[in-house]
Amino acid sequence: MVKIKVENLVKIFGDNYKKAKEMFDKGIPKEEILKKTGHTVGVGGVSFKVYEGETLVVMGLSGSGKSTLLRLINRLIEPTSGRIYVDGDDITGMSQKSLLNLRRKKFGMVFQKFAIFPHRTVIQNVEYGLEIQGILPEQRRKKSEEALELVGLKEWGDKYPKHLSGGMQQRVGLARALAIDPDILLMDEAFSALDPLIRREMQDELIDIQSRMKKTIIFITHDLDEAIKLGDRIILMKDGVVVQEGTSEEILTNPSDEYVEKFIEHVDMSKVLTAQAIMKSAETVGFLKDGPRTILRKIQEAGISSIFVVDNQHKIQGIVEAEDAASIIKKGEKDIKSIISRNIKTISPEMPLNDLLPMMVDTKYPVAVVNDEKRLLGVIVRGSIIAGLAKRGVE
Amino acid sequence: MQDLLKGEWNNKMPIPKIPIGNIIEAGIEWLTKNFAGLTRAISQFTASIIDAFIDILMFFPPWIIIIVTTFIAWYITKKIKIAFLTILGLLLIWNLDLWDATIITLSLVLFSTVIAVIIGIPIGIFAALNNRARGIIMPILDFMQTMPAFVYLIPAIPFFGLGVVSATFATVIFAIPPAIRLTALGIRQVAPELIEASDAFGSTRMQKLIKVQLPLSYQTIMAGVNQTIMLSLSMVVIAAMIGAKGLGGEVWKAIQRFRPGMGFEAGLGVVIIAIILDRITQGVRSRRT
Ligand SMILES: Nc1ncnc2c1ncn2[C@@H]1O[C@H](COP(=O)(O)OP(=O)(O)O)[C@@H](O)[C@H]1O
Ligand SMILES: [Mg+2]
Repeated sequence: MVKIKVENLVKIFGDNYKKAKEMFDKGIPKEEILKKTGHTVGVGGVSFKVYEGETLVVMGLSGSGKSTLLRLINRLIEPTSGRIYVDGDDITGMSQKSLLNLRRKKFGMVFQKFAIFPHRTVIQNVEYGLEIQGILPEQRRKKSEEALELVGLKEWGDKYPKHLSGGMQQRVGLARALAIDPDILLMDEAFSALDPLIRREMQDELIDIQSRMKKTIIFITHDLDEAIKLGDRIILMKDGVVVQEGTSEEILTNPSDEYVEKFIEHVDMSKVLTAQAIMKSAETVGFLKDGPRTILRKIQEAGISSIFVVDNQHKIQGIVEAEDAASIIKKGEKDIKSIISRNIKTISPEMPLNDLLPMMVDTKYPVAVVNDEKRLLGVIVRGSIIAGLAKRGVE
Repeated sequence: MQDLLKGEWNNKMPIPKIPIGNIIEAGIEWLTKNFAGLTRAISQFTASIIDAFIDILMFFPPWIIIIVTTFIAWYITKKIKIAFLTILGLLLIWNLDLWDATIITLSLVLFSTVIAVIIGIPIGIFAALNNRARGIIMPILDFMQTMPAFVYLIPAIPFFGLGVVSATFATVIFAIPPAIRLTALGIRQVAPELIEASDAFGSTRMQKLIKVQLPLSYQTIMAGVNQTIMLSLSMVVIAAMIGAKGLGGEVWKAIQRFRPGMGFEAGLGVVIIAIILDRITQGVRSRRT
């Protein structure tokens, strides 16, 4: 189900944006608009959807318009043009009053600089959203305590934020957003200000919380590793527009342009590449009905030493070696069933390269990549791993 | 040069004088004529409040006031040194036979400050939140602060006559700028990400003001209140010229009779009150974090 739909969203900063907008509509590039009018095109026509329960990561270099985009979605920044639908309702034309209500109920926001209120205790910070809604004190205290417990700060409610470390402050920020039980979490570089160890911890925690809560999350980051770790899908932004959209794997394997490639240059490929990305398609397979001669022919033509055998539904049955095929031809047998070795390794296409590598060490056969129904999708031999890594990583 | 110092100079411009002064006077005359009833009502009302204020403080014997003030000073600042300073200072004032004058001065200062704060803080908030309003208000404040203090006394007289009400009026006008200015400054200094957080959770403007902007500008606003008190005190002393009594009146008397010793004593009283008020409001300011 589509939770948020953004259509052709444009934000031009400045009081007198009309002229800039005209130029923008004519397709004049943003640098020229800035030079001629002094107006910045923060977001220049962006469309995408966010599905319920997914984590969408918006990635891009500093100044690419990520923060602006996020703030357009709850209208902290008024769009210049375009439409935003939340649960099917167009919120761009919404009255100020309904907008407040929408922010109170549907959006929880977490900020890069934490934005914790220094004059309020931890629990009072967490209560803020509920207080704004006019929820009664006991009730909001209870909900806030639950939220605090969720982020592991149960004992810290009465402390003031200045006594907390950065990581803890951001937990408060997260608890404050979760306390109102929003459908949507908007997180703007929420972990970027934390040091790497704490950052990883927070990422794990978010994943854990998300697995229980199933919120719809839009997470902004300029860090690809973080994007890959958290994102079900990733949107890549550059100069206010989306340059690529897809799963982390799609983006890694088919970087749409140099900008995207630059981004992924530094990623540890063995962590993000999965079996699917490096497998070779199983063009040459044997069938159960094939005789030994056909099998041997196929093997020799492909220049390999063994071949996977599937049934007529393409379900994996085992592997046949060239030598065995040759030997039963000598004996005059017509059926290959006796020489099919069932001793093969099958893996799912999602298996990361990290886990795949050790398997490859102690097996003499290639590994079969199969789906849930055991249908053969592809083949991985040792060479294909090297090739996969080389193709992405070394360029 | 010699001639100039003797006041025998006469460099007139060949173009006739622009009648700024006349216009102001005509305006004030018009106001007093047409709003005589109103100004008289305000005058009487203000006078009776100030009188009540003074009467209440005079009703208690000095030592009770001294103990209470000392306790307040200690309670707010939590500093023994300041409590000590308060008790010694007030005892000295009592000893110098300046008690009644001090009570009058204190009453005028506190009353003027309350009025200045009640008017000043909302104007400051308005100036902080509205760019256009700020563009108008700030230059006016600059103007008010550079105008010599006793100029305010002159228009007060035709409105409210000689005496305590004119003194209060002039004092409020003179002392209000820091209350406005620092309220505006404090609110505008609140970190933008906190404002954004407040907005993101769906706060109304009023909720944002009360729950975020005002508490976070508390210290700056209190610094403004402190300055307002100090300016009130200095103006109340000057206002003796138009018939406000109190410590300023004592100074004025000493000048007229050429009694430097008496003038010094009254001046010392002003300094003591200034220090006590300053330390207490500083304490109020830093009490909250
Ligand atoms: N309030 C603003 N006024 C003018 N320009 C802005 C404003 N906010 C952002 N911008 C500009 O819009 C562009 C995108 O900014 P931003 O969304 O903050 O990028 P990111 O979050 O990706 O670093 C930048 O060029 C920035 O300078
Ligand atoms: Mg940003």
